[in-house]
Amino acid sequence: MNNIIVLPMIVPIITAIFLVFLRDSIKLQRIISLITMVFVAVVSIVLLQLIQTEGILRLDFSGWAPPFGILFVADSFAVLLVLTASIVTAICLIYAFSTIGPRHERMFFYPFVLLLVAGVNGSFLTGDIFNLFVCFEVMLLASFALIALGGEKFQLREALKYVLINIVASWMFLLALAYLYGTLKTLNMAHISQRVAEVGQEPILTLVSLVFLIVFALKAGLLLFFWLPGSYSVPPTVVQALFAALLTKVGIYALFRTFTLMFPFDPEVTHTLIGIMAGLTIIAGCMGALSGHDVRTIATYNVVIGVGFILLALAIGTEEAMAGAVYYLIHDMIAKALLFLIIGTMVFLTGEIVVKNMSGLIRNYPLFGWLYFIVMCALVGIPPLSGFIGKVLIGQGAVETGSYVLLALGFGSSVIVLYSLLRIFLASFFGETSISEDDKKPIPRGAMVSFMLFALCIVGLGVGAEGIAVYVNDAAYTLVNPSVYVDAILNANE
Amino acid sequence: MKVNDVILKTVVRMVVFIVLTFGMYLFFAGHNAPGGGFIGGLVLGSAIVLLYLTYDIETVHKGMPFDFKKVAALGVLLATGTAIGSLFFDAPFLTQTDGYFTIPILGEKHLSTVVLFEAGVALTVIGTLVTIILSISEDE
Repeated sequence: MNNIIVLPMIVPIITAIFLVFLRDSIKLQRIISLITMVFVAVVSIVLLQLIQTEGILRLDFSGWAPPFGILFVADSFAVLLVLTASIVTAICLIYAFSTIGPRHERMFFYPFVLLLVAGVNGSFLTGDIFNLFVCFEVMLLASFALIALGGEKFQLREALKYVLINIVASWMFLLALAYLYGTLKTLNMAHISQRVAEVGQEPILTLVSLVFLIVFALKAGLLLFFWLPGSYSVPPTVVQALFAALLTKVGIYALFRTFTLMFPFDPEVTHTLIGIMAGLTIIAGCMGALSGHDVRTIATYNVVIGVGFILLALAIGTEEAMAGAVYYLIHDMIAKALLFLIIGTMVFLTGEIVVKNMSGLIRNYPLFGWLYFIVMCALVGIPPLSGFIGKVLIGQGAVETGSYVLLALGFGSSVIVLYSLLRIFLASFFGETSISEDDKKPIPRGAMVSFMLFALCIVGLGVGAEGIAVYVNDAAYTLVNPSVYVDAILNANE
Repeated sequence: MKVNDVILKTVVRMVVFIVLTFGMYLFFAGHNAPGGGFIGGLVLGSAIVLLYLTYDIETVHKGMPFDFKKVAALGVLLATGTAIGSLFFDAPFLTQTDGYFTIPILGEKHLSTVVLFEAGVALTVIGTLVTIILSISEDE
């Protein structure tokens, strides 16, 4: 029994409810929500240490032993993502304090963010696939509210599309769950893994896994990302950053869990398909990023490229590639959040969204300009920043398995990412400034603080990659050897 | 035009009590039989919506000056509160407990913490239901 595992989900929920009663005291809402996220981050660090000493932890809700009850499982992969999600949310909240405005703050902005995080953390930690569905819904309902909050016409238009796509995807998720339960008679992920291993992954089970692939591909933006650029560009900047950092990552996490733990036995079909989808995602994302005229479109297509790149690792499937994927997931959450915050601030400062119409920002805001340069280098994968180690490890895995096409696509995409972001840097930051010294808007201090914190994380993750290597390698080891996970759930007695 | 709704108002005044009683019955029956917090909450909420339909919003607000968003929040707080309550007794999350108590006059009764959890669910359902209906009615 490890009740600490449930804290990353239940604490944000309870504080979110408390904040509903504190609707009018905005200051108090800010302080409490920030403290909550820092607390969750601390809890996840403690959890990481516990996993190192005691192995994979589990918590059976109200004492129902697996596979009969619902349970939360904490392994290094899940907890690393919980930790990153909490840190990213905490820093995004600091940005929100100075930019979101009292109108949003009074309309329960902070409770919705906390509920979103609760859903995200729950999805990472759950060990029951139906509970995964429930946590997905918690996250999605909060995101529906956040995307529509503000009530502008274009927001409602995109929100409607987003809701419809996600309802269809959730319906297919339920359908896949029904097929799965019909064939295997269990919903506990470890138990599913055990039963699939016992009966062998027959074609019908592979088919079920492909339905899951479609569902999670829709949520992660793997190939089926047609909804993503529209809905990620309408909400306020901080919400965009949270979506870009967290939402697709939950889908990616679910794909990793599904195809490493539950259905790893038919890689000719499933993993080949994932490889093809990831490759196509990268190509399509690159085209979008190259052809985009406005900064938001370019940034959203960079999210798509990132999704494709991480899933290359799943298609490759070696331990190096998995470690690379974990590193890259952590990096991508931080770097994409910073990218979206900076892009949103550029739009706020100039009132323009087209790249060509902005010019000379670096003259007025030198530090801001160089922060953009840092996040660009990190996303391209220039050492010693955070993107480097992940790209190298995934590349190493690709070379080992001889997947040279995937390797070429992955590293080719880095060049496109560099080109698309450098274009913004050259056009919008360099050149003659169009804003005179008197007209220039100051960047809010809270926003600058959050940029600096994100930049610190990027540099820290790059330089200190060795420091978290022990956790990342443990995560990759569990992903490649699902029996470790299964044993911890089904064969360990408390 | 003034609508003559004497019959509606008179009937509703009695029917609401029947509906409320039935809702409470369903709520408590849920422990061992069909019913429970969700269904009981829906029936109780529908009684309140019936009042809103028959009388206007201001009149009902005078009798029930609650912010139903906060009722829903209170419900979630109660439900999650009983869930994490088990943490303080060193039992797994969500553990519920029950026992037989001898109460003066009533005799021996079976009391369970699940009732508190279900009460939270019921309050959440009532709060959400009424909030949805009121938001729709505010839309001109």
